[in-house]
Amino acid sequence: MSRRRLIGAAIAACATILLAGCQAGHGGSPGTSHLVVGFAQVGAESSWRTANTKDIESAFQHAGITLRFSDAEQQQANQIAAIRSYIQQRVSVIAFSPVVESGWDTVLQEAKAAGIPVILTDRAISTDDPSLYVTRLGSDFTKEGEKAGVWAKKEFAAASSVKVLEIEGTTGSAPAIGRTKGFEKEIGDDSKFSIVDSQDGGFTRAGGEQVMEAQLKAHPDVDLVYAQNDDMALGAIQAIEGAGERPGKQIKVISVDATHDGMEALAQGKINFIVECNPLLGDELVKLVKKVTAGKSVPRRIEPPERTFTQEQAIAALPTRKY
Amino acid sequence: MKNLLAARLTWPVVALAALLLLNFVLQPNFFSIRVQDGHLYGSLIDIVRNGAPTVLVALGMTLVIATRGLDLSVGSIVAIAGAVACSILASSGSEANVPVVIVAVAAALAAALVLGAWNGFLVAVVGIPPIVATLILMTAGRGLALLITQGQIVTVSSAAYRVIGAGFALGLPVSILIAAVIYAAAALLTRKTALGMLIDAVGVNPIASRIAGVPVKGINWSVYAFSGLCAGVAGLMISSNVTAADSNSAGLWIELDAILAVVIGGTPVGGGRFSLSGTLVGAFIIQTLTATAYTAGIAPGVMLVLKAIVVAAVCVMQAPRVRSRAQRRVPSRPRAGVRS
Repeated sequence: MSRRRLIGAAIAACATILLAGCQAGHGGSPGTSHLVVGFAQVGAESSWRTANTKDIESAFQHAGITLRFSDAEQQQANQIAAIRSYIQQRVSVIAFSPVVESGWDTVLQEAKAAGIPVILTDRAISTDDPSLYVTRLGSDFTKEGEKAGVWAKKEFAAASSVKVLEIEGTTGSAPAIGRTKGFEKEIGDDSKFSIVDSQDGGFTRAGGEQVMEAQLKAHPDVDLVYAQNDDMALGAIQAIEGAGERPGKQIKVISVDATHDGMEALAQGKINFIVECNPLLGDELVKLVKKVTAGKSVPRRIEPPERTFTQEQAIAALPTRKY
Repeated sequence: MKNLLAARLTWPVVALAALLLLNFVLQPNFFSIRVQDGHLYGSLIDIVRNGAPTVLVALGMTLVIATRGLDLSVGSIVAIAGAVACSILASSGSEANVPVVIVAVAAALAAALVLGAWNGFLVAVVGIPPIVATLILMTAGRGLALLITQGQIVTVSSAAYRVIGAGFALGLPVSILIAAVIYAAAALLTRKTALGMLIDAVGVNPIASRIAGVPVKGINWSVYAFSGLCAGVAGLMISSNVTAADSNSAGLWIELDAILAVVIGGTPVGGGRFSLSGTLVGAFIIQTLTATAYTAGIAPGVMLVLKAIVVAAVCVMQAPRVRSRAQRRVPSRPRAGVRS
């Protein structure tokens, strides 16, 4: 029975390859109306995430590709169940944003056996078998940290010493690790920068506020706050204002994400600089799906276009921002 | 000296003083309080202000525990109160309007009161054990809050709403004043009327109390409703302070902090006796520990261990056996009738 199933899977895999080859052979613009994509989202925990979902849904609708969407409510078990059901439905491509890094080998083996290519969005997985997914579409967190560091160096070019306070994201999370590493590497070669403290603000406003409140007492002379997301930056701003200082003036603030609330604070001059972390992955994902199903090779790692914002750029960009 | 060592409140107060002293060593300007923009500003004010929600939740928890109960649902009620208030504000289109804010706040408090009464109904009328009855809302409540906010973090920018958690009056943060008023009201009601004694009685022996004519159901029902209301006010403070309703993380684990505060304060988990002042000290010990972590730069993971050590130490010091031994060791002047 198991052998028969294996043969069946092999035939299905061959058929997929043949079909894909067939389409590629036709050249020009292969029809995409028959494609069905299964997308397993993490959840709807933040405004970043909801913008990500909305963009992916509208991109597929626009491209005329059927999208089967599922929300895992932050639970890996739900996501695995969703992927299994996509495999049974024989969708053309499975895309998902993994809740956690590990524990995906079994279900992705099943997808592989069924000949369904897998694309990771936003977050990464850890596995010993690189053939389990075709490509990962998502931001490079280390690069985001580096961009923040580059701006800090430029902004404080004339200063003789700069005291920096880091408000980190949840300890151990991939964005927190990358954003710390990139930033500290970038300013590390300039001895005038000293990091007075680096504290966990848990990616929340309340966390950012309490860290900043305590640090303002311990280091009232801090020059620059590097908050690893907009929510913590907004909390820090509140604490700075509570201390009677002006955020963005006496104490400069750098943040990452570029969500709507963060961009408004930037436009008001309370944040000085934001490094974007782009949730609008829809169009790129549609392109990838078309390429993969057409049998074309795609790079293992694709980064979405991401920019940085100063106050003027934020004012200009705000009216047309999607999130 | 003997009486001091035996007093229930001594060790929690010593622990709090030691923690404050540690902060002073770490940061010499820890005790300095100055006037900033017409209100008081300093580390101590921060601790009291950030501790206000925990104080409130622990206050409600004290009365529940005094009746041999437990309320695990307070964290979820915190999230729901914030979600209700912010959703009403955000959908009103005129969130700066003071009457709109009052409606939003009243709706959130009403929701919290109803949820508390629901817990009371399950415990007092249906007779479900408290830990199970409140577990229902603890599990379902956060989902309910997410339903209300449609899974989003609802942000508002209402200056009037912000007053509750981040405003100032009489030179003090409004949240401290609100907590102080509710604390004083609870203290007056339980100590100047027979209510405190009735709550004790229910905790000591509910059946005997009922036979003696104590309205056991009514008392049970009201302590859970009060606990829900306290959690609702705390939820408004937390969401108002950040002007957003974060259903995922608002009030997360606050039920455990509250239970800890109650236990540190010397209220036995078995009920039958309670100390509101002890709970107050307990809540400030917990908040000071959190503040110490930020000041000293201790990683949050490590901080949990320190928290556990302090809690364990205070609990051991309070254990009846340890207290009676400490009493015996102190050389005392002969005095009649001090044996407790």
